Amino acid sequence: MDVQNIPGSRINRVNNSVIKLEFSNGLLVLLKEIHTAPLISHWLWYRVGSRDEIPGNTGASHWVEHMQFKGTPQFPAGVLDKAIAREGGFWNAFTYLDWTTYLETMPANKIDLALRLEADRMQNSNFSPEEVDLERTVIISERQGSENEPLFRLGEEVQAAAFRVHNYHHQVIGDLPDLESMDRATLFDHYRTYYAPNNAVLAVAGDFNSEQMMAHLRQLYEPISAGVLPPRYARSEPLQRGQRQVTVEGPGETIYIQAAYHAPSASHPDFFAMLVVDSLLSGPSSLNVFSGGISNKTSRLYRALVENEVAVSVSGGLQATIDPFLHSISIIVHPQSIPEKAIATLDDEIQRLQDQAPDRQEVERAVKQARALFAYGNERITNQAFWMGFSEMIANYEWFENYLERLAAITPQDVQRAAQTYLRPQNRTLGVYLSTGDGEERP
Amino acid sequence: MNSNLQAAVRHSLPGPEDIIRQGLPNGIVILSRANFNSQSIHISGLLPAGALFDVDEKLGLADFTASALMRGTSRRDFQQIYDTLESNGASLGFGCGTHTTSFSGKALVEDLDTLLDLLAEVLRQATFPDEQVERLRAQLLTALAMRAQNTGDMAGLAFDEIVYAAHPYSRPDDGYVETITAIQQSDLAAFHKKCYGPRGALIAVVGGIDPTAAVEKVARALGDWKNPEQLAPPSLPPLKPLEQVSTRRVTIPGKSQADLVIGAAGPPRRSPDFLPVVLGNNVLGQFGMMGRIGESVRERSGLAYYASSSLGGGPGPGSWDISAGVDPENVSQAVDLIFQEITRFVNEPISAEELKDTQDSYIGRLPLTLESNAGVAGALLYLERYQLGLDYYQNYAHMVKAITANDILEAAQRYLEPGRLAIAIAGPPQGPSAGLP
Repeated sequence: MDVQNIPGSRINRVNNSVIKLEFSNGLLVLLKEIHTAPLISHWLWYRVGSRDEIPGNTGASHWVEHMQFKGTPQFPAGVLDKAIAREGGFWNAFTYLDWTTYLETMPANKIDLALRLEADRMQNSNFSPEEVDLERTVIISERQGSENEPLFRLGEEVQAAAFRVHNYHHQVIGDLPDLESMDRATLFDHYRTYYAPNNAVLAVAGDFNSEQMMAHLRQLYEPISAGVLPPRYARSEPLQRGQRQVTVEGPGETIYIQAAYHAPSASHPDFFAMLVVDSLLSGPSSLNVFSGGISNKTSRLYRALVENEVAVSVSGGLQATIDPFLHSISIIVHPQSIPEKAIATLDDEIQRLQDQAPDRQEVERAVKQARALFAYGNERITNQAFWMGFSEMIANYEWFENYLERLAAITPQDVQRAAQTYLRPQNRTLGVYLSTGDGEERP
Repeated sequence: MNSNLQAAVRHSLPGPEDIIRQGLPNGIVILSRANFNSQSIHISGLLPAGALFDVDEKLGLADFTASALMRGTSRRDFQQIYDTLESNGASLGFGCGTHTTSFSGKALVEDLDTLLDLLAEVLRQATFPDEQVERLRAQLLTALAMRAQNTGDMAGLAFDEIVYAAHPYSRPDDGYVETITAIQQSDLAAFHKKCYGPRGALIAVVGGIDPTAAVEKVARALGDWKNPEQLAPPSLPPLKPLEQVSTRRVTIPGKSQADLVIGAAGPPRRSPDFLPVVLGNNVLGQFGMMGRIGESVRERSGLAYYASSSLGGGPGPGSWDISAGVDPENVSQAVDLIFQEITRFVNEPISAEELKDTQDSYIGRLPLTLESNAGVAGALLYLERYQLGLDYYQNYAHMVKAITANDILEAAQRYLEPGRLAIAIAGPPQGPSAGLP
């Protein structure tokens, strides 16, 4: 397809497999033809997430996402779910710190339905007061389900302690008082403010002809006017000047630890070095929500903590975010050990990485692991469309295209320096979930 | 769907022309299909070595054995085993169910030989080192302590105890604290010696490799495996149906939400009722936003984030149940709504529109289900395990379309009788659920 001939569009970049262009109303579109299966995956991403909320409306982005399934005049509530399921499709939506996304993966000849409904609900969702009230209890129930998990309770306290200023401090689902009190007008305003073509990225991958797809998308989206977007909240988290500690008490016999370090943003030069740090310490993990990882039993922390019977499991994770978020390490303490010993072991391993750069082979191994995880994820068309949109949310598509190359360029010294820079106790929030055993919550 | 696309979809489904199936003299059956768009391969397999073999006092032995297989072999220790995998970005893991021990692994195509060598080694030469067994035991006991705090898990356990009283399906495959504590290293070795073997083993390999070559590689790794002592799996006793509604509550203090499970035993996979029940279950609690159950409990009443139905299938009478997570104060109301939907479901045939919806969705979802290597490998195992024929997926649309609303109603009536259901609830000690039957 010769995208140069499309009038009224700003062409950002075209390579052999991905077409990327911007419509006149600001909607950014990425297309990738893949003809391996008769499927198309379609993702619409909005630049709005829990970071765009303040006390009083925490959880609004997630709640709006729920309301997007409650119908428009053209596609009434219930019709959408059934229409997608009837065609053998899969649809879902996710809200996170920086973004909200809606996806449909459908048989190729049925994708028109998804295209039409996403374009429609960008502007025309009903938000009926009755549906808002019914969804309030559904979301509170979703939160209660999460609260049943000790790691959710601990993670919520750790995150809140780590961010005093930045809006990353609250959970995506929102605080209970806000869920109980937020009204329809607040939610509708949130929707009208952020759901606009110039605040969205459309990523489509699969079995289609790009020229026809682009023409169809233009027909659906170009009539929608650009919105007036507020500036995104940008209250930088000040430098942390000492370790913060939180304790959560709850039922059960199991003790959990979460250590969270302020980490670089996805577009920061240190991000890829920190990915290797994470891989060395607690095993490789995929940034893709639909792609599982591999085991981590040869990672440094597993060997130190689990092999020495201080913990029964350890896992780590680095999130790709717009602003600096957290690199967190979660530990389940061995029933015959104590949290102090697990924390001391964790500190020793981090100190070892800070004192001595890893072997080159250890870094190369992390790169091969990342390559394998990419190969697994790319089997699914849904994943390929995910990456196009996700990378635009946190940086840009080039960030994804150069991912493996940038990872391969990381040196042992880069890894050591990243560990020295970010994994300092002064930069950490340390949370411990202590079991009360009898199940009673202390007043 | 136009005829060209219909042909294209049908062609993309696995069938006799692109599945290689090879039975080895030692009893292993290998299945393979290529996906040359992939740079990786996925293997899935199973052995008839499940928890059915476990005696009550050592329940969890099959599961413990499966978990311990990769803790050491006569050639490699724990770290060497995982270094082989993780250095290549590969994975291999074992799990255990009531009937089978299963495994799955993935690797870049270039590392298939490494993965198969390791699979063969852990299956045949596992040594269960004492130190590793004790370490694993602590991990299993921690998992059981976490299970005791999980409202969904505990409601599920209570449900199985009611529906499958005096039947092996009443027992959790991962055992109890006292049974895991009672298991010795020698029990693991003995279970491995008597229950692991090539007879009845199935292995599927799917990915960027010629399927004939893949089959040859598996045959090279496992073709000479023999175990003359391998025991045949115990047969299932008959299940006595419930005679009335039976309720059990598990109290877990400090929780925000209660989980509930309602249902009964469903049809085995090979039963002629299975496909009608699958299609009916979709209407009951899956289609769209969790079917009629979701519509009633979540959409119209706002009582739950999730409320859906599921069907076990399998070699025996797996469960057919409805589960939901609700505010402890709303348990009684949610149970009433679910009973209303079950009663309607077994008294009136589903509408013509619902029938068409469920048929279309089951046919339409095949390409998506079979998109990944793991999806295809799972499908190949399924065909072989239940002897469905290599052309099953290609004939699937025809079979699904032949089912009528009456077929579904009659099948449902044989399993979900509102006067003979189990209700299990796990949650904090409060709420009006005390008034339940």
